[in-house]
Amino acid sequence: MTGQRKTAQAWRRQLHGSLVILKKNARLYYLKPPVLIFGVLFPVFFFLAFKMGRPIAAENVVPGMIAMALWFTASAVGPLVTPWERNARTYERLISTPVSLPAILAGDVMSGFIFGTCLSVIPVLLGLVLADVYVANVPLLIAGIVMGALSFASLGVFLAAPPTRGPSNIMLLSNLVRLPLLFVSGIFMPIGQMPVWARWIAPLSPLSYASDLIRGAFGRPAFFPVWLSLLMLVLFTLFFFLASCKFHNMWRAKGL
Amino acid sequence: METVIEIKGLTRKFGTLVAVDHLAFGVYQGEIFGFLGPNGAGKTTTVRMLTGVIDPTEGSATIQGHDIRKEPLLSRAHIAVVPEEANVYLDLSVRQNIMLMAELHGVPRHGRLREAERLLDALGLAEKKRQKARTLSKGLRKRLMLCAALVTHPQVLFLDEPTSGLDVQSARLIRRMVTDLNRNGLTVFLTTHNMREAGEMCSRVAIIDKGRIAAIDTPEKLRTAISSRQYVEVRFAGAAPEHNELASLPGVSQIDTDNHTYRLYTKLPGRVVTEVVRLADSRGLEITDLGNRKPSLEDVFLHLTSGSMERNMQ
Repeated sequence: MTGQRKTAQAWRRQLHGSLVILKKNARLYYLKPPVLIFGVLFPVFFFLAFKMGRPIAAENVVPGMIAMALWFTASAVGPLVTPWERNARTYERLISTPVSLPAILAGDVMSGFIFGTCLSVIPVLLGLVLADVYVANVPLLIAGIVMGALSFASLGVFLAAPPTRGPSNIMLLSNLVRLPLLFVSGIFMPIGQMPVWARWIAPLSPLSYASDLIRGAFGRPAFFPVWLSLLMLVLFTLFFFLASCKFHNMWRAKGL
Repeated sequence: METVIEIKGLTRKFGTLVAVDHLAFGVYQGEIFGFLGPNGAGKTTTVRMLTGVIDPTEGSATIQGHDIRKEPLLSRAHIAVVPEEANVYLDLSVRQNIMLMAELHGVPRHGRLREAERLLDALGLAEKKRQKARTLSKGLRKRLMLCAALVTHPQVLFLDEPTSGLDVQSARLIRRMVTDLNRNGLTVFLTTHNMREAGEMCSRVAIIDKGRIAAIDTPEKLRTAISSRQYVEVRFAGAAPEHNELASLPGVSQIDTDNHTYRLYTKLPGRVVTEVVRLADSRGLEITDLGNRKPSLEDVFLHLTSGSMERNMQ
């Protein structure tokens, strides 16, 4: 067998491994209470707390609601998987299989990505049916959701790297990161209308770019150019994934 | 004989602690290799290095010719692991647990379905295949882990304390299954505290102490090697000689008493037997049991690791 064919076969095997991990995660973790609480209930309550009793135009609310739902759902699965596996003592067998750690983590990212993109359909439909809004640019909406979900899911996997057997510790850490970023990423008001200090912080959050793309898709003015938002989401995804590989590898044997 | 696992200078340090210190040995094709040692001796760390869970600090090891550091995925493709501290996925069914491991090892669909059914039958889990693993007892979960390991068609099976804490039926079934598989060519790397199990099952054993190999050989040769731990066992009907009289017999280096049975440790068992018979004759005592005993594997283990045992007790 030539070297190229061997490499292609090895990649195919690792991709297959990632898909097996995705299937396992979907079966085991999509309906776990922490995922449902922090991934589904949280954004609903945040939305209600923000919207109830305030005269805010629907076209301003809907894009933010979609971005927020995507932020919470896509980043909810990743932080749970590794600590849960450590706690349940299934992690050691998993990492001694011929599936590489990056392939396992890619499976975890895919789990968050699919969970986030599928559930983001709900706020999109609710927005279209209940509010008087329309999607002005469907490809941009899809790009915003897909790229946002990828980078948020990668962030979730990255947050699961610290070695702990307590999933609650990681969920706490993930909320410490996710909640503050929610307020500086143009969810509740467009980035251009935020205070100056918040406008300086906004570019550091992947949520800013995803929410900006989604806002643009609904015909609202975007703060960043589309190309920049897409590029930044790609870079965030790569950064979080590579950092996940490094730190998960460094700490993989701790706390077994 | 073909070497399946080749370990050269394998070392693992945790800060200043040297958990595994320049190990070097080989495991041959088709043998059950016992890896024994007291708690904290470095057994689990060694197995974790070989199975890719942790990286060695120094040294190298190959599994089926694949270096565990340079070709980790290829080396792991040949192995299956049943760690002591591990568990099955409690929220998956018995069958789903087996399929998951088979899929992760890339076993083709048709093959894995057929093999899973066969293993479920062999390990007495066929009736429970649709049940969640959560509902299984500890013994059945261990059987399930073995099932999930074997469905991947490993060439080397790592078993860490496979029968520890199990009921008699499960322990016996697992031992029988492993022995049968070994007869068909499976190489087994067995870590255990159960000396009897190691003595009965293993072709060779290595005893690790303080991160280093203290001895490695067949159980029989290890027993013979520590000739100072051979003993003559004697039991008298009714009255017995004084403890001091037995201790002062020529060739006796140490004496232990356990429930009216005397163990006279000696390097010269033939001479001690003669002396015991002579003493009994001269005193008109009746001997009910007299024999020359080789040390058990447990005696060898205790002899070689006594320093560590004392340290652990402190």
